[in-house]
Amino acid sequence: MAQGVLEIDRVSKRYGDVVALRDMAFDVRAGELFGFVGSNGAGKTTTMRIALGVLAADAGEVRWNGAPVTLETRRRIGYMPEERGLYPKMKVLDQLVYLAELHGMSTDDAHRSAENWITRLGLRDRRGDEVQKLSLGNQQRVQLAAALVHEPDVLVLDEPFSGLDPVAVDVMSQVLRETAATGVPVVFSSHQLDLVERLCDRVGIVRGGSLVACGTVDELRSSGAVRLVVDAPGAPPGWADAVPGAHVVSVTGTRTVVELGPDADDQAVLRAALAVAPVREFTRQRPTLAELFRSVVTEEREA
Amino acid sequence: MSGLSPSRAVFLVARREFTSRVRTRSFVISTVVVLALMGGFVLFQALLLDNASRDTVALNGQATVLAEPLRQTAESFGRDIETVDVTDVAAAERQVRDGEVSALVTGAPDALRVVVKERLNDDLRNSIDLIVKQQVLNAQLAEVGLNPADVARNVDRAKVDVVALEPADPQRGERLVVGVVIAALLYYSLLVYGTMVAQGVVEEKSSRVVEILLSTLRPWHLLLGKVIGLGLVGLVQLVLIGGVGLGLAAVSGVVALPGVAGGALAVGVLWYLLGFFLYATVFAAAASLVPRQEELQSVITPISMAIVVVFVVGINLMVQDGSDTLVAVLSVLPPFSPIMMPGRMALGVAPLWQVLLALVLALLAVAAITWLGGKVYANAVLRTGTRVKLREVLTTRH
Repeated sequence: MAQGVLEIDRVSKRYGDVVALRDMAFDVRAGELFGFVGSNGAGKTTTMRIALGVLAADAGEVRWNGAPVTLETRRRIGYMPEERGLYPKMKVLDQLVYLAELHGMSTDDAHRSAENWITRLGLRDRRGDEVQKLSLGNQQRVQLAAALVHEPDVLVLDEPFSGLDPVAVDVMSQVLRETAATGVPVVFSSHQLDLVERLCDRVGIVRGGSLVACGTVDELRSSGAVRLVVDAPGAPPGWADAVPGAHVVSVTGTRTVVELGPDADDQAVLRAALAVAPVREFTRQRPTLAELFRSVVTEEREA
Repeated sequence: MSGLSPSRAVFLVARREFTSRVRTRSFVISTVVVLALMGGFVLFQALLLDNASRDTVALNGQATVLAEPLRQTAESFGRDIETVDVTDVAAAERQVRDGEVSALVTGAPDALRVVVKERLNDDLRNSIDLIVKQQVLNAQLAEVGLNPADVARNVDRAKVDVVALEPADPQRGERLVVGVVIAALLYYSLLVYGTMVAQGVVEEKSSRVVEILLSTLRPWHLLLGKVIGLGLVGLVQLVLIGGVGLGLAAVSGVVALPGVAGGALAVGVLWYLLGFFLYATVFAAAASLVPRQEELQSVITPISMAIVVVFVVGINLMVQDGSDTLVAVLSVLPPFSPIMMPGRMALGVAPLWQVLLALVLALLAVAAITWLGGKVYANAVLRTGTRVKLREVLTTRH
C-alpha cells in the first residue's frame, strides 16, 4: 500500500534532558521532492540521521515501502550528511567506486555508475585527483555523486545547497529533479527558502522537534490569514478601520496592506476603499515561504 | 542488484585499507629502508667476519716448509690463513708495512723470526708458537729414539670424559638472538600498525566519512575490516623483512641456524596475528573517543607505553633466564604473550602445554577485547565535536 513511500512515523529522540525530536511524523512519496525547513537545532539533521540508522530513535519508526527500515533497505538510500565527509586522500573515482560497492554493487556496476556520475556532474578532469585537492564546489559535487552512485531508491540530503555557487545550485537542482522524476522520493533540508519554494512539491516546517506545517507550497501559502494589498492614492489614513474584522498591517506610500479576520469580507474592504478614493490595485497577497517560516519561528519565540 | 553480505562488507573495507596503505610512499620507503639497512648490516658483518679471520702470511727460506702445518694449526683456532712463499725479504717487509701481508716469517723452523706491522695477533702468534714448540719437541723426541708421529697419536688419544649434569644448549646464544629479533619485530609491528589503526579511525571520524560508511555498514564491519586490512599490511612487511633477513643470514652464514630462525618466523607470524587483534582493537576503541588527530596522542600513549613496557621487561627477563618461573608466567598471560612467547619458543624453553595455554588465553582475550572494543567503538565513533568519556560509552546505547 505504501509503495515507494518513506514514512517517518512519530519518531522521538532525546539527548539527556534535551528533547531533540518529539513525535516527528511525515512521509515522502514516490517521485516527490520534499523540502525540510526549520531553524538551526529544530531537529532536521537528527531526523535524517535516524532515517539512515546512524542514530537510534528512542521511539517511533522509519518505514520504507511499508516495512521498517533495516540495514538492507538502508543501503538503498542515498545520503548526504550535513557534515560533509569523504576520505581526503582517496581519489575521486576510487572513492565513488568504493562507496558504490559498500552499498551492494558489484565491482563492474560500481565502476560504470561512478564513471557515469563523474561525467554527469562535470568531474571528468578531476576523477584521478585526491578529494582534498579539489575546490570546495567540486568536493560538494563529489559528495552528491557519493549519495547517488549506488542508484538509490530514496534520497536523503542534509543541506545539499549550502556553500554552492549559482551554477552548482542549478546543477544540483537539475539532478534532484531528474532523480525525483524517476520515481525516487527525495527529501532535503535547506535554509534557502526561495529555492525550496521553487523546487519542492511539498514542504515540511519543523519547530522544536516536531513538524508544525506540511503541505504543498500552494497549500501552505493559502493557509493562515488573508492579506489584501490595496493601492488607493488619496485615501485618508485609517480608511479601512471601519471594516469589521480587518486591520491594517502596513502602509507604504499609497499602498495599504490589510489583514482579514476569519469572518471578514474582502469586498467590504474594496467598497470602503472605493468610497474614499479611486482604487488602482486590489490583490490578494499570499505569504511567501520565507514569511510563513518567519511567522513559525516567531511563534516559537513566543511559545 | 545483490545485497551486501557481512563478509563482503568486511572484505571491501579491508581491501581499501590494504591497497591504500601499501601504495603509500611511506610504506614503500620504510620497507625499502629497513631491507637496505638489514642487507647492509649483514654484508658488513660478513665482511668483518671475513677480514678478521683471514690472514696472509709470507714465508721465506726454510720457513716455507711451515706452510701446511701453519694452515692446519690456524684452522683449529678458527682462522683462515693464506701462505705465500717469498724470496725477496725486503720486498716482503714492504708488503707488511703496506698491510698487504699480515706477517712475514723467516729463519729456521726452530728459531723463527716474525715481522709484523704493529703487533702479531694472538691466533697467529699461538699458531706459530705451537709449531715452533712442536718442531723442537719432535727434534728432541727423535734424539731419544721415539717416533714423533707415534707420540702425537698417543697424546691425542688422552682425553677427559665430561659429564654435564645440566648440559647447556650449544646453540643458546644464537637462539637468544633469534628470539630477541622475533620479539623486536613483533614489538615494532604491533606498535606501528596499531597506531595506524588508531589514525585511520580518527581520520574517518574527523573527516566525517564515517557517517556515510555507517549508513551502509555496521560498526563491527568497519572495525574488523580496518583491523584485518592494516594487519595484513603489517604481516606483509613482517614476512618480507623476516624472510629477506633470514635469507641474507643463511647466505652470509651470520646465523648458523636457519631452521630455528625459520620456525621462529612462522611462530612469530601466528603470534603477530593474535597480538595484532588484541592491541589493534584497543587502539581503535581508544581512537574512536577523540574527535581530531591532535588529540589522538593522549589516548594512545598509554597503550603504546604498555607495549613498550611489555617488550622491555619481557626481553630483559628473557635474556637473563628464559626458563625462569616469572618469565614463564608472564609469557602465558595475554598482554605479554604475543611478544614474549614467540621469543621463548625460539629459545626452545617453552613447554608445549605453556604454548597451548598461552594460545587459548590469547584467543579468549581477543574475543573479550573485540567485544568490548567493538562496543566502545560503535558508541563513540559517531559522537563528533568533543572527546567522549569511556564510562559514558560503556553505559549508554548510541
